[in-house]
Amino acid sequence: MAITKRQAAELAKQTFDYAPAPEAIDHVRIQQRYGLFIGGKMVEPHSKRRFPTINPATEQKLAEVAEADAVDVGKAVSAAATAFTSWSRMAPSRRARYLFRISRLIQERARELAVVETMDGGKPIKESRDVDVPLSAAHFFYYAGWADKLEWAFPNRRPRPLGVAGQVIPWNFPLLMLAWKIAPALAAGNTVVLKPAETTPLSALLFAEICQQAELPAGVVNIITGAGKTGSLLVSHPGVKKVAFTGSTEVGKMIQRSLAGSGKHLTLELGGKAANIVFEDAPLDQAVEGIVNGIYFNQGHVCCAGSRLLVQESIARPLLEKLKQRLSTLRLGDPLDKNTDIGAINSKAQLEKIQGLVESGIEEGAEIYQPECKLPERGYWFPPTVFTNVSQSYRIAREEIFGPVLSVLTFRTPAEAVEKANNTPYGLSAGVWTDKGSRILWMAERMRAGVVWANTFNRFDPTSPFGGYKESGYGREGGVHGLLPYLELA
Amino acid sequence: MATALSLTHLGSLMRGVRSVDEVGADERAASLAKRSIKKASKLWALDLSIRCMDLTTLEGSDTPGKVAALSAKAIRPKPGDASVPSVAAICVYPARVAEARDRLRGSRVKVASVATAFPSGQSFTSIKLAETTDAVAAGADEIDMVIDRGAFLSGDYQKVYDEIVAVKEACGPAHLKVILETGELGTYDAVRRASILSMAAGADFIKTSTGKVQPAATLPVSLVMMEAIRDFMRETGRPVGFKAAGGIRTSKQAIAYLVVLYETLGAEWMTPERFRLGASTLLNDVLMQIDKERSGVYQSADYFTID
Amino acid sequence: MAAKNGGDRVEVRKTYKQYVGGEFVRSESGRAYRPEGSVNVPRGSRKDLRDAVRAARTAFAGWSARTAMNRGQVLYRAAEMLDARRAEFEELLRGGRRARAEVDETVEVLIWYAGWTDKLAQVTGTVNPVSGPYFNFTIPEPTGVVGIVAPEEPSLVGLVRRLAPALCGGNVVVALAPEDRPLPALTLAEVLATSDFPSGVVNVLSGQRKELLPWLASHMDVNAIDVSGCTPDEVGAVEAAAADNVKRVVKLPPGERSPHLVTAFMEMKTIWHPIGV
Repeated sequence: MAITKRQAAELAKQTFDYAPAPEAIDHVRIQQRYGLFIGGKMVEPHSKRRFPTINPATEQKLAEVAEADAVDVGKAVSAAATAFTSWSRMAPSRRARYLFRISRLIQERARELAVVETMDGGKPIKESRDVDVPLSAAHFFYYAGWADKLEWAFPNRRPRPLGVAGQVIPWNFPLLMLAWKIAPALAAGNTVVLKPAETTPLSALLFAEICQQAELPAGVVNIITGAGKTGSLLVSHPGVKKVAFTGSTEVGKMIQRSLAGSGKHLTLELGGKAANIVFEDAPLDQAVEGIVNGIYFNQGHVCCAGSRLLVQESIARPLLEKLKQRLSTLRLGDPLDKNTDIGAINSKAQLEKIQGLVESGIEEGAEIYQPECKLPERGYWFPPTVFTNVSQSYRIAREEIFGPVLSVLTFRTPAEAVEKANNTPYGLSAGVWTDKGSRILWMAERMRAGVVWANTFNRFDPTSPFGGYKESGYGREGGVHGLLPYLELA
Repeated sequence: MATALSLTHLGSLMRGVRSVDEVGADERAASLAKRSIKKASKLWALDLSIRCMDLTTLEGSDTPGKVAALSAKAIRPKPGDASVPSVAAICVYPARVAEARDRLRGSRVKVASVATAFPSGQSFTSIKLAETTDAVAAGADEIDMVIDRGAFLSGDYQKVYDEIVAVKEACGPAHLKVILETGELGTYDAVRRASILSMAAGADFIKTSTGKVQPAATLPVSLVMMEAIRDFMRETGRPVGFKAAGGIRTSKQAIAYLVVLYETLGAEWMTPERFRLGASTLLNDVLMQIDKERSGVYQSADYFTID
Repeated sequence: MAAKNGGDRVEVRKTYKQYVGGEFVRSESGRAYRPEGSVNVPRGSRKDLRDAVRAARTAFAGWSARTAMNRGQVLYRAAEMLDARRAEFEELLRGGRRARAEVDETVEVLIWYAGWTDKLAQVTGTVNPVSGPYFNFTIPEPTGVVGIVAPEEPSLVGLVRRLAPALCGGNVVVALAPEDRPLPALTLAEVLATSDFPSGVVNVLSGQRKELLPWLASHMDVNAIDVSGCTPDEVGAVEAAAADNVKRVVKLPPGERSPHLVTAFMEMKTIWHPIGV
């Protein structure tokens, strides 16, 4: 097995360029066409219409999914309403058993779900494998445990489910958002009709299969696919008692308006423009990791992304130097490659939106930095981007970009940091980096945001409530608080 | 080329060294450990880990025979296969240096000697200096010294600094690797401080561990040291090498160190002049992995010589 | 259980053993007794108890440091493994509806506490609005090595009703199997041994109460002792011995099923931190 001298010499000259390490996809079966999951079965859509879902990294069609019309929505809601009668009366510990089963099935089929998530949405496989899928399983496990403990969560009250929940989720964390919506709803005794985003329906359809495998009673979970129209039919359906929406603030406002006076319960998890605040005494190398994780995780398609970096002026220079060097090591490319850090932008429309906002940043006078980065020819891509010399008034400092674009601003004192951080209609999350514990708590008290991360960023856990202040929405998902939106406390 | 430090300020300088967040450092190291290195890059990494290896024996039972066998293995890790390179150095106790020098004559394999009352460092400075001088005189190309952890942990940074400066001087032309013994320092903050102190005092390399204390080298501790090297380079323009030692037994571990090195210090550090892996049993596993990559068949230890 | 030699088949009988430090062992004393028919059961000695406490103490750091979620997964795994062996347990409990109900409850109790691991602090911990610029909160933490004296009846679920909450909170356990009905408890150890509990987290000893209990109650490295299986006289003796190292003696009713039973095996820690710029 010896190799020649020449080969050995060549070996010695090479640099450490990671060879492709693609995740195998041969264990994943994606159907050509999907129906709607209603009443425990995959059924043909009444609309007879289908639309393609594509892989944003290759622009290739993965499957055709059904577009649910008003009749389909009606069927799904009525299946859920029928199932509600027995599901809500079932002994809570039996409900728990089904949720535990689902959690286990997600764990068992983890790789399959991760691969589908990555192919359909463009996110790096390391993220779907290490974050989305395990957290989804954990979410079901956590809420499974609550199903028969509700009286401990709300002492002295008799918690009762609301009925059919209509849930509309976004494309950035398709399976995880599904788990965030379905697990607490079911644990509390509701039944659901869930609509995944039109660009990322596949993991939800795979989840439908998991519901069948778990022998979940028919109609407890219904999954209908379609675009905004389907979503609006769902939330406005009179049989729906509770609406949960995660998505843009713009659509959230429309839903809130449209439900006015209907008596339906509503929770909204909307956009954000989080400040990630770095003080001069912060552990810098870890802060750089936190900044990178805060804005480049999932290509910045994260509502709580740390899209505004507020850095204390005294360390702005070394911090940005370190940050720029770190950006040069980010690996952009095939989302299925296990070494990819930045995958594909979810859709053409989203890519255009990012491009537009980045152009506005340049026009308004911010200084752009992008590391040398070769973009693949096919698919939708955007390189990691940092804007410096950004003013509070620039669009890139105010509007949610939902892409891998960071705007850097500086501050001089903690009070100024607070002022700038809160100077936004959003209030989903914030980050604070300092070595001083008391300052962390001082800052946390003053942040008008639903989640404050200190010396870390973008951490999620089923036990930890998540949700926004102000125009980032209301209601919490996760933790004890995540049960409340799905219960009436009699 | 130690930067001139105002000695009275050494203590406050040390306390001013930027802190390290343990959780963040651990997470970063864990994420790098998940890099998937395949095919050509794996072969390259395995080859490099041999070229950067300090093949080590540091036992009370070391004999001329043991050193002879180790030297042969160092020069020609796989008899009959010239495509496998020699290791960087063999690392022995001072008393074995002359034999190693003798056995390695004519090869490019360097002789490294531990010194300065290895592994504890609990002796007199005069003895540490004499040991260093004698080891160099006996033919050591490289000296692996230990810092005085007792002094470091009691806050006597001056003593640690002065000793490194003196040992560096005693080394003459020999390269100086400074062992921090991170397993005894307690925190990443202390590791970072000790790294900066050692580099400022003139270390050519900073090294994690003696291998005699648990935990020895870990990925996150190495990351913290490499980040200190990176910052020192930015401040002073002087590149300092890094050596991980202790507990590195498998190719998979070795490759993880190379990944951290690559993504922290960059390609310029991926050479034996700036990176070493101190290990006694790693070599055979690397050889087995090389054969596995070339033949596509998992290997058995029975087919690899033990030296 | 009674030997069954049908036709040509000669049954391979199981040797029942104690479970200590992740291994199945006979008593170091070499003794056995026959409380249930002709089956030999190890008659544990004070030295077995000493070994079990030592194994538990060694396991404590690792188990208590596991994430709550992970402890929940392990407890749930125990329920899965037990459910898969329900026929065997029903037979050990002498069959019939009561045996079935007892196995059902055992599975249920394991799952119920599996669900508590990551909710306990949310229900029993507090954030305390102290007067002054301080962030102040209280969290439950496991007390350490817990001794459990299981009741004779019900011989399976009686033990699990205490074992599950003790483990849920992150404690490690040395349990004394029911003296007259030890086989379900010893078989439960086989379930736990295949449920991803690290070695030493659970230890099950069999033998005579009067030989083992005084040593357990007086052991200076045991932090708490559950006396659900003790007679009133024994409780008094345990309480007296427990005073030597201020052991917590847990005396909640045998049927108790609540997070308060979990915290009975736990300490409450309050943390103060200033809030300031």
